[in-house]
This record gives sequence, C-alpha cells and structure tokens, in this order.
Amino acid sequence: MSDNNEPLVRVDNLSVHFPVRNGLFGRTKRTLRAVNELSLTLNKGECLSVVGESGCGKSTLALSILGLQEPTAGEIFFEGRSITGKAQPTRLERAGMAQMVFQDPYASLNPRQTIYTSLAAPLKLHGVKDRAEINRRIESMMQLVGLKPEQARRFPHEFSGGQRQRIGIARALILNPKVVVLDEPVSALDVSIRAQIINLLLELKERLDLSYIMISHDLSVVEHMSDRVAVMYFGQIVETGSWDRVFTDPQHPYTRRLIGAILDPVTELTGQSPVDTRETPEPPAGYDYYPREFGKHDVYSLPPASQLVALREDHSVRLIARG
Amino acid sequence: MTDNLLEVRDLRLDIVSGGVSHNVVDNVSFSIGRGEAYGLVGESGCGKSITALSIIGLLRKPLAVTGGTLNFNGRDLRGLSKGELRRLRGEKIAMIFQEPMTALNPLSPVGRQIAEMFVLHKGATWKEAERLAIEALGNVQVPAPEERVKAYPHQMSGGMRQRVMIAIALACNPDLLIADEPTTALDVTVQAEILKLVKELCAARGTSVLMISHDLGVIANMCNRVGIMYAGRLVEERPVADLFLHPAHPYTGGLLKSLPQLGSRRLEGRKRLQEIEGTVPSIANFPPGCRFQPRCHRATPVCSAEIPPLSALSHDGFVKCFNHER
Repeated sequence: MSDNNEPLVRVDNLSVHFPVRNGLFGRTKRTLRAVNELSLTLNKGECLSVVGESGCGKSTLALSILGLQEPTAGEIFFEGRSITGKAQPTRLERAGMAQMVFQDPYASLNPRQTIYTSLAAPLKLHGVKDRAEINRRIESMMQLVGLKPEQARRFPHEFSGGQRQRIGIARALILNPKVVVLDEPVSALDVSIRAQIINLLLELKERLDLSYIMISHDLSVVEHMSDRVAVMYFGQIVETGSWDRVFTDPQHPYTRRLIGAILDPVTELTGQSPVDTRETPEPPAGYDYYPREFGKHDVYSLPPASQLVALREDHSVRLIARG
Repeated sequence: MTDNLLEVRDLRLDIVSGGVSHNVVDNVSFSIGRGEAYGLVGESGCGKSITALSIIGLLRKPLAVTGGTLNFNGRDLRGLSKGELRRLRGEKIAMIFQEPMTALNPLSPVGRQIAEMFVLHKGATWKEAERLAIEALGNVQVPAPEERVKAYPHQMSGGMRQRVMIAIALACNPDLLIADEPTTALDVTVQAEILKLVKELCAARGTSVLMISHDLGVIANMCNRVGIMYAGRLVEERPVADLFLHPAHPYTGGLLKSLPQLGSRRLEGRKRLQEIEGTVPSIANFPPGCRFQPRCHRATPVCSAEIPPLSALSHDGFVKCFNHER
C-alpha cells in the first residue's frame, strides 16, 4: 500500500537521450536530447495533460512512463516503487500498472483478430485461465465502453472510427491499470464523434477511479479534460500547474504563444479571446523566462541551466537567472 | 452572366464499379466570387475533397462526375479536353494539399519544383525561372531563399514544406486557390503562421480561395462564406458569422455544441459535452430522406420520407432541413 503523500507516478529528473550517427559511414556521433532532466508527478484520480508541439519529447516521456523506453538518467516511481533501473518490474507487472490508448485505434488493433481475441490475450497472459471468467470480463468491458457484448466477435474493420477508439479504450482497461496514458485520444476521430469519446473517458475516470496522463496538442480538449497541465518545449517543462492557472493566467511566453494560436470559431468571430496572450507578464526580479526565443532550438546541445520556479501554489514556470 | 469566378451547379458524383453505383456527392451547388474565401466543412467521407478534385479534373475511376455543371470564369470545365484542363491547372486554378511531403517530389530540389511552374505555364527559360523561384520562395517568407531553393523536401520542416507548396500554387497568380486541409498536419503555432500567409498573399493578389477543412476554427479564421457538407450533400450555407453564431441546421448546431469551447469551463464549470448520437453513415447505405435524420434530435416523420428542400435564410444563406432553427 502506498502512503498518502506519495503520488501515483513520480518522474524524477528524467533524461532520455538518443545516439544519432551521422556523416560518412556514420562516423560522427551526436546525442539527441529528447527529454532533459524532467520531473513531474501524477496524483491519484488526476488527469495530467502534457502539451507541446511535435518533437518536444512528450511521446518519449509517455513511453518512459509505460516502460517502453529506457531512460538515460533519472528515475520513475510508481506508488513509491522505482520502476526504472535495476529494480524494475517485469513487463507483465508493468502492464498491470499503466496502459496506453493510442491516437489511431485502427493501427493499434490487429486486423486479423476479433475484438474478443484482442481483449482475451492480455487476460490469458496475466493468468486468467477460466473461460467463463474471461467471457464475463470481456462482456462487462464491452458494455462499459458503450458497445454490445456480441460485437466482440467482429473484426476491427467492421467498426467505425469512434467504435474502434472505444475498443482501444477497452483494450487498455481490461487489465484494470491504475494509470492510463492517452496519446491524442480524439484527434484522429471525426469531429461529430469526439464528444462521445471525451465524455466516455471522463465518465470512466470517475467510475473506475483512473488516473490519466494525456498527451495532446488540442488545447480546447486539454482545458476541458485536465486537472493539471504541463507545457513542454524541447524536452523540458516550461510551465505547469492546475488547469485554471495555466489557462486563465499563463505566464510563460511559450504557453501564451500556444494558447494564442488556438483557432476557436467563436473567439475568431467575436474577437473576444478568453485570455489576453499579447503581452507577457514581467518575470520575477533577477530572472527571465527560458526559453525566450522559439524555433532556434538545438536538440543536440545541452540547454543552459534553468529552473522550474513556483510562482504560487501549483503554478510553476521555467526561469533562467539574468546576467 | 454573374460575376462569380466559380459556379458549381447540381454537382453529382458517383462511384461506379462493376455495374453498381453509389452516390457520393448529391446536388451540390455553390459559387465563389472574385477575391472571396469560401469554406467547405465536413467530416471525413462527406465528399468535400472529391468535390474539389472534380473542379480541377483530377477525379479518378471509379469516381465520376455524373451530373451538374462546373463553370469557371465563364467556361464549362466539364467540356474541356485533358490538355486544356492541364493548362488550366496550376495557371488558373491551383491546389495545396494536406501533407506537403507526399505532394512534393522527393527527388527534386524545391527550387526546381517552383521554377517548373514558370517554365511550363509562362514559357520562361530555366535560368529566368530559377530567379523567379527564389523570389517566390521569399514571398512565402522562407528565410535565405537563395540557399533554400537547393534544398530537397526532406531537408525542410513541415511548415517550410507547406510554404514551398504555397509558393508553387501561387507561382502563376491563379484566380482560384483550392486548399484541402492545408494545416491539419502542422503544429498549432505553425498553422497560425501558414494561415496568415495564405490570407495575406491571396488578399494582395485578389485570389479566390476554396478552403476545405473539418476544423471549424480554421474556417472561421479564413473564410467569408461557409458551406456545411454532410454525407454528400450541402446542408447549410451562410456568411461565416451567421453560421457559427446562429447555426440553422441541427447538424451544424450539434457540431458546434459538441466541441469543448475555450474558456467555457472557467465560466460555467465542466459540463458534459453534447454528443451527436450514432455515426456518420457509410456511402453504401445512406438513409432515405435527409441523410442526417437518424442522428437528428429534431427529426420528424417527414425527414425520412423526403429530401428536405432549400429554405432561404437572411444574408444570402440557406439551409436544407424541415425543422431548422429560425
């Protein structure tokens, strides 16, 4: 049992670097720094959204939490237990801790297996031998995600995009994980279907007492679903806090840039943006926001020393000492 | 004679294969004025992209235009020969696609791909065209264009590649630019830059735009008038502000209400999003009458018996629905 102060997931100074070979016969070797000394926590029952643009390292972070990417440095704790390094649990153990819902459910389901087979496989691997038990769990899972139990006999191509994402969610939940990583869960879906999936995810979170880490670039969805938000820029968190702090009063120029770039139909037409993102607030004395310039980042070099500073309770931004 | 640049009347597209024919676009009519930006909105499979492809004559079998007229600048596009269409494409009507990496030739430097336009359509020499290509690349705000013309598509970022596509599309000052989900594959901050660029360049040249997207925010940002397509039919057409602030068709209204709106959670707390029940019908079995009727909360018996006629709305708008908002 975990004690009450320990968050469900704690990422501590995580770095993930990839060696990249370049040049003639791959003789030059460089290090691509995908994630740089990143720390974050996920509390039980929370939805933490990690937002950022492509290449910022958000997917690498997710893979590390799932145990699919070995960190270069740093540790990840699950209910206080280290899941990286020497003490790491087996893959089977890990599968019961965290699961993932993928962006494109069609690409993540085996087209030659019925939904039943796809859902039964993890159960069998985890030692559920009793046929009736397997049937019962699949049946209740299908109902939980809003599908009919008899549809489990069908193949992935027989479902629409929204139904396939429901199956993707069922597959992630069948082992009763405590953490679910949602990787752009609605961005591949038709617009008229998105609300169904967003509502379902929020309902399931309450009913099953789940905790979510959501990777997304759609800030309207993030604002709707999250309890806390972490904004990433090139391997580092530049701003993090509760959803209302980050969305109502964004401090970091990069967060403001992201929020300012949202095209919301009503905002576009009325000209009334809910957030004034034009002027960046003054940073604390002696500090400047880091980074200040965008689009010139070198992923191969070590970024200058900067720190995530708490401005108030549950709201931090990345600052660098002036001078 | 109207002053419209493009007039699409009663366009009908079918998939014809093995003696079986499925209707994919049914009686779609719209027009685009000179210098106007028209948005065509719909979900995947609603027929918006193939409508655009039929305009520039790029439909491939088994898809075929089976009815209606396509009038561009007073010329009937359906009557043109392949050669005439080829000359029209690129010079008078240009198109940019969603994924520039697949639309650009990976084996040719981008400068050459831009220069080709001047050689093919304007009869320029390659030397001249090269100079024009550098200029064109500068116009789409690619830094150091003299250098970047030598770059291959894979050496550029997604945003830069889409700028190259825009440079190619606008090279010959076309009258109409068709943009099919031009920013869907891009990051949000890059999307904002690209849309701004397209808007400015088209406004400066008086180019008309046909913007195709499923993203209502992009459409609201870019377009003057908007048509909403559902399952192969145009169900509502309005000036942009009317459409988004007072949608008339239940589908349009449902779509707008189903999306989380920025800032609303802060004002009203988190509300359950209003869902549109069911799924988009497949081409093989469109429901009878109004095609949205099985998912519609306002449906009445007449909806499944007859195809709703066009009802005119204020400011040149229309809706096709028996029970629309008034």
